[in-house]
Amino acid sequence: MSEAATSVNPGLTPPLLAKRTSRRWMISALLTTAIVALPVLSVIVLAFFPEENIWPHLIDTTLPRYLVTTIKLMIGVGIITLAIGLSSAWAVTMCEFPGRKFFEWAMLLPFAVPAYVIAYVYTSLLDYAGPVQGALRDWFGWANASEYWFPEIRSLEGATLMLGLVLYPYVYLLARAAFLDQSPSLFAVSRSLGHSALSTFFKVVLPIARPAVAVGLSLALMETLNDFGTVDFFAVQTLTAGLFDTWMNLGNLGGAAQIATTMLIFVVILVTLERYSRQRQQQFAARDNRDPIRRFTMSFPRQLICVAVCAVPVVFGFVIPGVTLGVYAWEYFDESWNPAFLHNTLNSLFLSGTAALTTLLIGITLAYSRRLHNTRGMQVLMRLSSLGYAMPGAVLAVGVIVPLAGFDNWLDNLMRDFFGVSTGLLLSGSAFAIVFAYTVRFLAVSAGSVESALQKVTPSMDMASRSLGNSPGKTLVKVHLPMLRGTLITAALVVFVDCMKELPATLILRPFNFETLATYVYQFASDERLYHSALPALIIVLAGIIPIILMSRSISNTRSMA
Amino acid sequence: MRMKLAATAAIALTALPLTASADGDVNIYSYRQAYLLEPLLNAFEKETGIKSNVVFAKQGLAERLEREGRNSPADIVMTTDISRLNDLVERDLVQTLDNDVLEENVPENLRHPEGKWFGLTTRARIIYTSKERVEEGEITTYEQLADDKWDNRICTRSGKHPYNIALISSMIAHHGEAETEEWLQGVKDNLARKPQGGDRDQIKAIAEGVCDVSIGNSYYYGNMLKDDSQRPAAEAVRLVFPNADGRGTHINISGISLTKSAPNKDNAIKLMEFLSSPEAQNIYATANTEYPANPNVTPTGLVAEWGEVHPDSLSLQVIAENRNAAVKLVDRVDYDGE
Repeated sequence: MSEAATSVNPGLTPPLLAKRTSRRWMISALLTTAIVALPVLSVIVLAFFPEENIWPHLIDTTLPRYLVTTIKLMIGVGIITLAIGLSSAWAVTMCEFPGRKFFEWAMLLPFAVPAYVIAYVYTSLLDYAGPVQGALRDWFGWANASEYWFPEIRSLEGATLMLGLVLYPYVYLLARAAFLDQSPSLFAVSRSLGHSALSTFFKVVLPIARPAVAVGLSLALMETLNDFGTVDFFAVQTLTAGLFDTWMNLGNLGGAAQIATTMLIFVVILVTLERYSRQRQQQFAARDNRDPIRRFTMSFPRQLICVAVCAVPVVFGFVIPGVTLGVYAWEYFDESWNPAFLHNTLNSLFLSGTAALTTLLIGITLAYSRRLHNTRGMQVLMRLSSLGYAMPGAVLAVGVIVPLAGFDNWLDNLMRDFFGVSTGLLLSGSAFAIVFAYTVRFLAVSAGSVESALQKVTPSMDMASRSLGNSPGKTLVKVHLPMLRGTLITAALVVFVDCMKELPATLILRPFNFETLATYVYQFASDERLYHSALPALIIVLAGIIPIILMSRSISNTRSMA
Repeated sequence: MRMKLAATAAIALTALPLTASADGDVNIYSYRQAYLLEPLLNAFEKETGIKSNVVFAKQGLAERLEREGRNSPADIVMTTDISRLNDLVERDLVQTLDNDVLEENVPENLRHPEGKWFGLTTRARIIYTSKERVEEGEITTYEQLADDKWDNRICTRSGKHPYNIALISSMIAHHGEAETEEWLQGVKDNLARKPQGGDRDQIKAIAEGVCDVSIGNSYYYGNMLKDDSQRPAAEAVRLVFPNADGRGTHINISGISLTKSAPNKDNAIKLMEFLSSPEAQNIYATANTEYPANPNVTPTGLVAEWGEVHPDSLSLQVIAENRNAAVKLVDRVDYDGE
């Protein structure tokens, strides 16, 4: 009775839940969340112990600029990712044009390029000594930089473009999956009621896709908020820059943790607002409706527009950086080839693969527990477990060290006291610490997409399965997981690619003599030797392409399978 | 089934690194890139048979060391500037080392009075000028960087970079905070563009005609000369060792500390001694064009060509102590702003 009263989800009727199994799911969700939330909680605790109160100085000096720059950057990246992501997803899903099948997966390619790498590449192309300005000087006969104006790539605008180019795939990916999922009959009905294609898009298609688009956009924006590599390289002063300044230059970790916590609160408010605004929506797809999508056939000029909409982001976000890296890698091959590459690549693949799998399992556990037990408390747990994404990687790494080293030392003291043996550090400084950090950081990606996909499965499915005598676990395995196969594969692969690119936490947490591709690139790039890092950077990009192709195929399959 | 897979993987993960730091090695947390240490560590292994293990990061290593406490596997921390060394001392993460070899090899002004850190190399923070547009001798001191004459002609990296912070700290030590603030405001007013990039980028900017004067560490120039694509830019600039006729040029150190936990203390001390020895000091000088800390080592090659530096005799400790004041000064004059 009390369960019925607190239940928000009108679909699942409590009597179907055997109390014990439901509690088992809830407890496992609770435990997982507690572990996953530890690093973020550690940072929040650190925030209570600053070296000095940093705020008066910040407010007097740089804080206003940090805030304005951060907001401008986020708005800019938001606009770019939405514009590119939505338009290309729509074109690829609904329009028929030459190259459509190719762009279906090619749109995702920029996702394989780490933001710091694209920043390095465009700087080397567009700065004074680069080929673009060199050609212009030759052409117009200018002698040096004082004789002409050229846009400065190392600027807020530059950083916005760079981040937009590599982050739009988040929006594209989720928007496309949502468009594919929509019943074509909705579109047809809207058209038959006299709406144009464009107004149908804004009035029907977009509102239905909104939960998915919101997830994609918030992932892109959180990544923007936490980016340090690109903004640091471009000297764009965001809150993250202020955070690192407080930590590294003022030696005030507590102050830095306060800034991180403030950013976290900011993110939570944004996400909550978005959710609140569509609180009353509840959508379930009628699964029996599996009409194939009838794509628009279009006039030639319109087809050209579609090709352009899709080609431009791919060219700037992938082809140009990829080719440039390829050229550098070729030119500096002797200096940069290193037998350790294979080893570093295996490290990257192993860590990312393990983290992707772990993240997926936890994501499923949490999302399904919430489905079974949709209380306020479960919702809060879901949100809590996703907070790792809202924190800069290096700060999160410190948050990971605190509980892991704490546990190691606690166990060690215990063993010393009782048995006279030292167990030393077991978790801290191990590959486990890195996988843990990846899981905490990227759980938002998998839990978010599993949750939104699960929400669209009508509860009558659960009821049917349960009334046939299946336990919740069996229902999950037999009914939900097969249905969500595409989403699950996509979620795991997104996490995989993200882990391949992850840098700051890996740097801090790794064992001795341990390199991933990203850390290997960084040690040269951080010493202002970009050319030497071209080859390993190219390998990160190439390693990211394969999962991307798999990902795209898995999405298309979900539609054609039915 | 999947759960089992994950569990097996987790166990494999924890086992993985244990093989990487065996006893009898020496373990290093380094703020300096591992590949820059490689030639030194290889030479050390060849001489002693002791293998070195490295973790390189620019942030978070002190926090990791602190949290790992007495069980930390790290024996040694290597840094690239004085303020990081001072941090380690202030957080009580490193131990006193009373060692004759190190005390003989490293002059008193380049090591901690109680042996909590030792400088290994010094780098001068010098002024680069355009060979074309700036006469020799037109600028000879840091103070002159604030002259109106250089309006719109100076480029630097971020004022917040540790190398610039140390330079500003030394200015505070010599002139006091108020006068230094005025000076820094003057330098900012003279900037040709918003601070950005690294020290090499400023040298490139001079070659490109964006500005005429920049500040940078001495070794960047040397390393640019070694790189075919960067050599033309380096050849467009002249080196000025500021305040050579006065108090001397501001220097910073890269250094080394023995951690409190140091499980392989004997090996660690051997490595520290080795790094201060003529053999290792020569590698530093030739491989990264830095000045050897060991006064008995005569630099070769490019470093020798630059001639003797007259370093500012200001204690590095004082520079470290002024750090926070310097950082706040940079914010107050909005040095990194538009």
